Amino acid sequence: MDSSNVISEQNLATTRELLAEMEAGDESKARQSLETLVRSGESKLYQELGKLTRDLHDALNSFRLDARISDIAAKEIPDARERLNYVISMTDKAANTTLNAVEESMPMCESLENQAGELQEQWQQFVQRKLGANEFRELSQRLGDFLQESADSSRKIRGNFNDVLMAQDFQDLTGQIIKKVITLVEEVEGNLVNLVKLSGEQAAPEQEKEKSEEEKRQEAIAGQGPVVPGVDSGEVLSGQDDVDDLLSSLGF
Amino acid sequence: MKILIVDDFSTMRRIIKNLLRDLGFTNTQEADDGVTALPMLQAGDFDFLVTDWNMPGMQGIDLLKAVRADAKLKEMPVLMVTAEQKREQIVEAAQAGVNGYIVKPFTAQTLKEKIDKIFERIEA
Repeated sequence: MDSSNVISEQNLATTRELLAEMEAGDESKARQSLETLVRSGESKLYQELGKLTRDLHDALNSFRLDARISDIAAKEIPDARERLNYVISMTDKAANTTLNAVEESMPMCESLENQAGELQEQWQQFVQRKLGANEFRELSQRLGDFLQESADSSRKIRGNFNDVLMAQDFQDLTGQIIKKVITLVEEVEGNLVNLVKLSGEQAAPEQEKEKSEEEKRQEAIAGQGPVVPGVDSGEVLSGQDDVDDLLSSLGF
Repeated sequence: MKILIVDDFSTMRRIIKNLLRDLGFTNTQEADDGVTALPMLQAGDFDFLVTDWNMPGMQGIDLLKAVRADAKLKEMPVLMVTAEQKREQIVEAAQAGVNGYIVKPFTAQTLKEKIDKIFERIEA
């Protein structure tokens, strides 16, 4: 039986009772019956209110109980920040190791190149029999030194190449770390989508503030780092050739 | 020829320094953004400025504008070496009076070409 209808068997019975009790002059019983009637009228409102309260309670609980979300906020996001900082420090270290090796090797190559050039000239003179005995002694001394230096430098340069080789291991390690962070970002995205669904569509997008010409211009020229293919859009030039074309069209 | 290299990443400064040295420019100094670079330029006898765009503190484009606004520095050739490659940005740099614009990643060959071109134009 639907208790929300005013005309119901139960209400009819109570009303009859109430009438009888009033006619009989039974004050306390009449009051009781009257209250029963009033309450039955309000029950629909109570039911609705109860339902709403339950929904609200469930919604709050589903939030509060979703420990995953608080875990992400409290632990995993700061973790991810640390991981990415570690990526920066690893790539920095690799770049510096490589640069050290190059900066140490370059002067050795230059020295060998220069000496080889000079020795070649003298050697040509020797081949053409233009060298005197003293000059030949000097040449042979220099050749001996050069061979020694060649061997030493080659050994050092080979060692430096090895350092450069080993420094590339950052690629594997940073790749793994970044993949992990991407997984986290995906999870956060999923949770955000759920949050938007829960909060419903009531939250209308905020009216975008009209930007002044100057603001737009400043935004357009603000430095934003490297362009990522497939992500960044707008009038981005695709490389040095395009930049050169644009500059030459501007009279460069 | 004394050159100032401005970039917030020390590795990029080292790369540019090594490339310049290979091109025969051995007298280089470094700064990590416009705020540090500008007083160095004003105090020192630099002949050439190589700068990045996106840096904390003072950005490269603002450094370029400051150089052009400074009576003593306004003739100094400026080469931008940057990852910024939006059309508006390049137009902005050109209007601000940049002498050359190289986008990262770049090659040693590109650096040589642009520097040669800048000095050809200055000597012409």
